[in-house]
Amino acid sequence: MLWIILFVPVLCAATCAIVTWRKAVGWFGVASASIITSMGIVLAVRVVHGRAAVGYHGVLRADALSAFMVIVIGVIALLATLQGVRYLEAEIAAQRCTTRHASLYAVLIQGFLATMLLAVLAAGLGVMWVAIEATTIVTTFLVGHRNTRGSLEASWKYIVICSVGIALAFLGTVLVYLTALHAPRHGTGALDWTSLVAGSHHLDPGVMRLAFALIVLGFGTKVGLAPMHSWLPDAHSQAPAPVSALMSGVLLTVAFYAILRFKVIADGALGPEFARTLLVVVGLLSLVVAASLLLGQRDYKRMLAYSSVEHMGLIALGAAAGSTLAIAAVLLHILGHGIAKGVLFLASGEILLAEGTSEIKNVSALLSRRPVLGGIFAFGLVALLGFPPFSLFVSELTMLRAEFRVGLGWAAGLSLVCMAVIFGAVMSHGREMLFGPKGTDDPAVTPALVAVPLIGGLAACAFIGVSVWPLGALLHAAAHVVSP
Amino acid sequence: MNHQVFDNVLGLGCGVVVLSAVVTLWRHSLIAIIRALAVQGVALALVALTLGLHGHDRGLEVVAGLVLLAKGVVVPALITKVVRHDVASRETDPLVNVPASLVAAGVLIFLAFAASRSVTALTSNAPGRLIPFGMAAMLIGFFALATRRKAVSQIVGLLLVDNGIALVAFLATAGVPLIVELGASLDLLLITVVLRVLATQMRRRLGTVDLDGLAELHD
Repeated sequence: MLWIILFVPVLCAATCAIVTWRKAVGWFGVASASIITSMGIVLAVRVVHGRAAVGYHGVLRADALSAFMVIVIGVIALLATLQGVRYLEAEIAAQRCTTRHASLYAVLIQGFLATMLLAVLAAGLGVMWVAIEATTIVTTFLVGHRNTRGSLEASWKYIVICSVGIALAFLGTVLVYLTALHAPRHGTGALDWTSLVAGSHHLDPGVMRLAFALIVLGFGTKVGLAPMHSWLPDAHSQAPAPVSALMSGVLLTVAFYAILRFKVIADGALGPEFARTLLVVVGLLSLVVAASLLLGQRDYKRMLAYSSVEHMGLIALGAAAGSTLAIAAVLLHILGHGIAKGVLFLASGEILLAEGTSEIKNVSALLSRRPVLGGIFAFGLVALLGFPPFSLFVSELTMLRAEFRVGLGWAAGLSLVCMAVIFGAVMSHGREMLFGPKGTDDPAVTPALVAVPLIGGLAACAFIGVSVWPLGALLHAAAHVVSP
Repeated sequence: MNHQVFDNVLGLGCGVVVLSAVVTLWRHSLIAIIRALAVQGVALALVALTLGLHGHDRGLEVVAGLVLLAKGVVVPALITKVVRHDVASRETDPLVNVPASLVAAGVLIFLAFAASRSVTALTSNAPGRLIPFGMAAMLIGFFALATRRKAVSQIVGLLLVDNGIALVAFLATAGVPLIVELGASLDLLLITVVLRVLATQMRRRLGTVDLDGLAELHD
């Protein structure tokens, strides 16, 4: 079953490559995303009670955590592909994009999904690394898809910085492999995650320390954690909206998933303190960077990008706490942030299309001029800032509580200060865009194809915020995989 | 293979890897720098082959062949094409001048030895003692990335980092599992292709592949 999940986007990519572009081809992507989501749910039902599914001669493996990530990828992909149909139609209509380019886009999006799915379904850390590296290659052309000067610069920066990061992560992986080879009674698959976790207390602590630091720095580059975050605002602001939604909503957290997998091994070899210190440092640093750069932000897509840096920092802090409760909150935050940020990036793409500018000061009175779109953007911001009933409120609160419980109260306090600054900054930028003197024109209508999925996304985010059902058992099982 | 010969060939290979990394900081001509990179690829393949022959590891011998093909021939050829098309970018234009870069390289080599102490302590055999060479090549690559502003020099820096890490992988573990090695090599090849495509687009749009021409995005 596991290889079928991977096969879906690959098949879809092949179809998009063969069939010449027409609007119907865009819907293939939507179909692929819905199949991935439903298979993720089936997989979750199968593995939620503890027994992991293994596939393809042991190369693939799925436990509750993998199943959860498959669902996250599927849900955000569904939002992004629905919007992708509209993005490509608009680009072709404006003659900024040929049909060949549109096909290439559709193929790359499916390739992007396939590499992310491989990353979360890989049994070995080596294959996981290869998959995450491959996401960089696929997404570079997606970032540069608009083919402007800015997008070219962004894609260059993206691939160079992320390749360096991922190279560091490779060195970290090699060092973990080295310690495993030197540990007594290692099995045949020295990069196999389950056997590494089982034998983690035999691993050499000196090398493991170096290895985990490289892993956090390396995969942290792809997560967008400071100090290696500088590619993120450029790439996310220049990429087409559906790509930004996928990158910000899931790619960052797929890379964080890799850190979580390594963290269990490092905790076994070194005790929880080492990983905790490291994650607290990068988490707080990311929050400070995000807060200081959000204050004077002039571009709303960059504002959303820096907000991703903030949320990745919060997730890192939650993971630093490390208890089952904290990890469950981290996972819920991964889903909630993915949906909210996805919706916001997609809405901002629509705003960019309608207003022709990504400067905050050139957009005003959205709520009165474009009530539906403005409303979606407003509620998206409300969700992102952690207001109830949206799920980010619950997950942030739970993470903070867990941090206090393990003696990280000071870090939680500092993060609250940064969150307050960010709150003020995003609120004032949001107010500038949403309110203002109304023009004489009639309110513009937002197409249903745009509005319905986005409203659906926000409703889902609010629903899981109010009742953790049906996710509760899965979250608990998934958190159990990577916590004591 | 005789132990003495094994040690010597291995040492030679690692020495050449670090030396060619230093050469990339020293030379101004990008063609010469790419040639040094090719030499480094060949030396890396030599190390892999020696380890494979010594340990009777057929998989590693195959990997050595792949490394020779990818890092010694294909990747340098791909980058050379970018330079040939672009007269203006034949010379590097470092932010830090050559003497200072060479001093920095010396410091980095020293740092590499200090940083890999825990690793060399774990692997007390002959290849394990050479791990700092790989770390040094990697650190020099970082330095090149940070201080060189031409697109091609950045590609070279990235490849230096990658070769250094590949050397560490060979020496520390006699190569990661074959499937990972294949994936990593394929990725490297693809990254080079992607960077080349980007550099070509950059030249078409800006007339140069100097990254200083790209400074639109900032806060």
